[in-house]
Amino acid sequence: MADETCETCLSGTNLTKIYAFGKSRTVAVDNINFCFNAGQVISIVGESGSGKTTLAKMLLGLTNVTSGQIYFRGKPLDISTSKKRKEYWKSIQAIFQDPYSSYNIFTKIDDVLLDCIHLRGGRKVPKEEKIAMMEEACRFVNLKFAELTNKYPFELSGGQMQRLMIARVFLLKPKILLADEPTSMIDACSRASILEMLLKLRDEINMTLIFITHDIGLAYFISDEVYIMEHGKIVESGSADEVILNPKEAYTKRLINDVPKIYEPWDLSTVDYHL
Amino acid sequence: MRNTLKSIFKDGKFRLGFGILVFLLLMIFLYPLFVPNPPLEIIGRGTFFPPGVYVSNLDSVSGAPIYSLTLADAEAKRLASKLSLEDRAEMKTYLLAVGVPEEQINIEDTAALLALWAEKYDPKLNVKGMIFAKLQYYRRLNDKLVSLLDSEGLILARETDGVLEKTGQVLPLDYVNIGEVSSVRVLPLGTDNFGRDVLTELVKATGVSLQIGLIAGSIATAIGLVLGLISGYVGGWLDDLIMFFTNLLIVIPSLIILILISYSISQSERGPTTIAIVIGLTSWVWTTKAVRAQVISLRNRDHVNLSKLSGHSTASIILRDILPYIASYVVMAFILQISSAILAEASLSILGLGPKTTLVPTLGLMMNWAMIYQAHILGKWWAYFPVIVVIALITFSMNLINTSLDQIFNPALRE
Ligand SMILES: Nc1ncnc2c1ncn2[C@@H]1O[C@H](COP(=O)(O)OP(=O)(O)OP(=O)(O)O)[C@@H](O)[C@H]1O
Ligand SMILES: [Mg+2]
Repeated sequence: MADETCETCLSGTNLTKIYAFGKSRTVAVDNINFCFNAGQVISIVGESGSGKTTLAKMLLGLTNVTSGQIYFRGKPLDISTSKKRKEYWKSIQAIFQDPYSSYNIFTKIDDVLLDCIHLRGGRKVPKEEKIAMMEEACRFVNLKFAELTNKYPFELSGGQMQRLMIARVFLLKPKILLADEPTSMIDACSRASILEMLLKLRDEINMTLIFITHDIGLAYFISDEVYIMEHGKIVESGSADEVILNPKEAYTKRLINDVPKIYEPWDLSTVDYHL
Repeated sequence: MRNTLKSIFKDGKFRLGFGILVFLLLMIFLYPLFVPNPPLEIIGRGTFFPPGVYVSNLDSVSGAPIYSLTLADAEAKRLASKLSLEDRAEMKTYLLAVGVPEEQINIEDTAALLALWAEKYDPKLNVKGMIFAKLQYYRRLNDKLVSLLDSEGLILARETDGVLEKTGQVLPLDYVNIGEVSSVRVLPLGTDNFGRDVLTELVKATGVSLQIGLIAGSIATAIGLVLGLISGYVGGWLDDLIMFFTNLLIVIPSLIILILISYSISQSERGPTTIAIVIGLTSWVWTTKAVRAQVISLRNRDHVNLSKLSGHSTASIILRDILPYIASYVVMAFILQISSAILAEASLSILGLGPKTTLVPTLGLMMNWAMIYQAHILGKWWAYFPVIVVIALITFSMNLINTSLDQIFNPALRE
């Protein structure tokens, strides 16, 4: 399935997640296999309820795996103790679907960013340097740090919140970034700027980007590899051109037909970042 | 923060609730400055004086000295018979303690003893080596002696060898200027079944009951919060264990447990604090359940996930990402716990299982006394109605404050 010459970064075999509550059972992720290669942009595409977020939570170690095994850099992922979990989370970070619920409303923006510096072992760095780092991160996502200090995240717009999330990742410099529909709650114009920032960030820190979306056009635009999910199963996967230009599955075709302008590349140069 | 406080105080509901509470607290602290009498002092013989202004019969006569006749012999005898041997012995102990030589003290000679006492006794003096309770005792003894002396020469008739001898006369047209009477007692709420001033009692009882509520509420909220957080966030077998006990306590009504525990504590140990602790230990169940439910709904939120990814420890996540979100809820539970603890104390006391105390009243005890002495049947409303009003006011004010506090806890609600 995967390109054997690339270094495998994250893979899974027979991964299954069943939500069981009393007598009701939901198979959210159903026996899937995948192999994400380091340095690539991988898209996971599927409609609402197909299990994308559940898969992401499993990859992040935020929810238990019902059965199957995740491999991180070729070794079985072991996050049984909190120490190992913390170690793993130094290499993988996430941007969640809903920016409005991603932040603690009681924590100021400065503290959100400071946390990241501390996580990277920068607790002893002098204050001015920390501020310089935060300013740099904000500049990267076209935010002004001076305007953000002493503010709470809920005082920002949704687009600004997601950009702050990217600033977080910029400071953390993880090996893998899992972006779970980071633009689904945002208007088309800010969407493009956020995508552009994500790609810029990927180039800058050379990370693997796992991009979850329901928009197959977007997936085609940014990704090297595409995985199509339907009802918890991976129905089709391969390089973006292969899957999207020559879809084999009816489900993939349907997804493609839902997107009007798929063959025209997006022009991002005209986008104004200042929301 | 300052602006938040300002905007809260602009809220009418909060101002009303806060006002009522401050009023009650001011009463509790200021009233004793004006009426220093002990709350359970018996001020009149007979029960249930209706609200009003009272003048002691004795005092009304003392305003008209022409009618009194001093009969030296009879007076001395009267005093002698009123002063018990124990009291005399105690007076001697005191006089010795303040340095009067023993040969000067003759406890047989009432007049001399009283004169000496009047000269040497100083209520402000802290006699060395004498405990506070003892000093209090002497203060009361002195009050008693003063009132004995006060009545000197006020005897209008006296009995000698079974014969009543007329010594003076009060005519229907004799008036006394109330301003000249030394002890006018204003009893805005009358007296209770023991002849005690209901208002003084009520003020003290409000204080004690609030204290009970505060202690019980703090205990119940602390236990409920800790168990709820552990049960909700950590989950697993800990959750099962905590929920097992919680459900067990829910099935058995807490009043019954309360009654059983109170019953098994001996009467002498059942002070207000003990009762408060018992109430606190039996009423954390709902707080636990509520906190647990809130925590479960929070623990899978993305901001908690983000915090995990940022490498925070479980303790820090509970403190920073869970606790602030449920703070308003917990404060609400705390406030409700306070009022329900006050009510629980009242229910216990009505059953006669409340604090056993002869020193301080509680709202529940006042209700209990009123009930035992049938104030409600006799129509003596002042013995119980003000108590009900105070209980209602406390609960009402706390609920008002509670509903308007959301803004403090939720920054997203601020303007
Ligand atoms: N905590 C949970 N408990 C029970 N069932 C869940 C839970 N989370 C998700 N599910 C179920 O799992 C399935 C997959 O949900 P998931 O959130 O992974 O979908 P998704 O692909 O991310 O959808 P969307 O595009 O709307 O975000 C759904 O049927 C959902 O009802
Ligand atoms: Mg999702």
